[in-house]
Amino acid sequence: MLRLPRFRLLEPRSYGEAAQLLAENGAGALDRSRGTPTLRVMLVAGGTDLFPNMKRRQFTPELLISLARVRDASGIQRNGHLDISAGTTLSAIAQDPGIRERSTALAEAAEVVSTPQLRNMGTIGGNICLDTRCNWYDQSLFWRTAEGFCMKTNPDVVCRVATSSPRCLAVASADTVPALLVLGATVHFEDAEGGRDVPLADLYQEDGIQPMALRQDEVLTDVTLPEADGWRSTYLKMRDRGSFDFPIAAVAAAVRWDGAKVSEARIAITALGSRPQLVADAARPLVGTSLDDVTIALAAEAVHKAARPMDNTSGTISQRKRAALVFTERALRSLRPA
Amino acid sequence: MTKQLLTLRVNGEPRTIAADTHHTLLEVLREELGLTGTKHGCELGECGACTVLVDGVPILACLTLPTLVGDSEVTTVEGLASAEDLHPLQVAFAEEGAAQCGYCTPGMLMTAKALLDTTARPTRAASLRAQGPLPLPLRKAGGTNATGAQLP
Repeated sequence: MLRLPRFRLLEPRSYGEAAQLLAENGAGALDRSRGTPTLRVMLVAGGTDLFPNMKRRQFTPELLISLARVRDASGIQRNGHLDISAGTTLSAIAQDPGIRERSTALAEAAEVVSTPQLRNMGTIGGNICLDTRCNWYDQSLFWRTAEGFCMKTNPDVVCRVATSSPRCLAVASADTVPALLVLGATVHFEDAEGGRDVPLADLYQEDGIQPMALRQDEVLTDVTLPEADGWRSTYLKMRDRGSFDFPIAAVAAAVRWDGAKVSEARIAITALGSRPQLVADAARPLVGTSLDDVTIALAAEAVHKAARPMDNTSGTISQRKRAALVFTERALRSLRPA
Repeated sequence: MTKQLLTLRVNGEPRTIAADTHHTLLEVLREELGLTGTKHGCELGECGACTVLVDGVPILACLTLPTLVGDSEVTTVEGLASAEDLHPLQVAFAEEGAAQCGYCTPGMLMTAKALLDTTARPTRAASLRAQGPLPLPLRKAGGTNATGAQLP
């Protein structure tokens, strides 16, 4: 049986209290006494990403700070923009009629995260902060001990995917992030001193170990999307089994129509590198066009070029690169006016 | 690190137990309360064999900390049947032969109950979607029957 490692649990009632607890308990400190270095203090929201990782002993925090009892942690508000509290479940987002109609890519992405049961538990904040994944990392402690671990948990060890790689190549795997990127999302963090807003596009970095530029004493509290007038968006995902797997290639696309022409466009990919990313070279040719086949082919070619999958998920490299190209074409065709 | 005293509302009754902080709802249900109808499957939140309802919403017991369930009502497969009669879903599953090995049937029953409690006449596609991965190992055998058993 897979049991969780032992931990202490704190249940703050507000984000401010959670940030205070992070600061008081030395967030960011590493415990090197348990085989692989691990963060001593971690936040948990739905637990659907962290708990499987803890069961596999990828993390063995001594203290968990649960956000499940934070007041007003979930909810979707509209006042000129869309404000989604970080604790909102993926089910609530997938089922929200306003998001479905105006921020379609986000509803579509939330709807294809894992299983219905998991979406009832998993939160948008948790999905944004999802750990990166890798065939060499998402394995039991037994498996990883036999292999001798990898760079992601033990910095002295090589990256097993490409042994000469100077960095960890684990894969960004959150479905909602490319959707949020094309919708222009901003995220809000709070720490014990105050708060800050970060454009979501600036949060991620090409590093499987530290995929996000955030401090360990910060709490993600809200996601904000600008008004979506004139925008149409969609999200397409390739995975092994349609009923529950993580993406192995995925594309989100959004275009803003001004009459019969596209006035703005954004395309984002994930599961094709260590960070989800906007592909500006793919979006640029779309502006001023009516999404004719030739233009779409140009964008798809640019996505194909930007996709740099490594051999560390299901599927082959060429299959995943090809999927990125084909999904870009399909996504853009679906965004033409009805 | 010590045990904590917890009161959970399970199948309509308050149950007080001393549970380890790091034990999940699945472990508490099976090991402390003896409700072994809820099954250990993958234990990593993929398969759905451990599905129980919390206030009517299907969730994965293997990834849920019991302390965070609070005052919510937990329904397990043991809570479906009354003293004398099986739940209509259990009857339908039995009549349709909606099992292969039967191990994940409790999870299927609980997701089916949640679906039918909110959707009177689900389509075959909606029924399949609501089950998540559960019918997968059964696609060629009981899975089709399990979907059929939920349809009016």
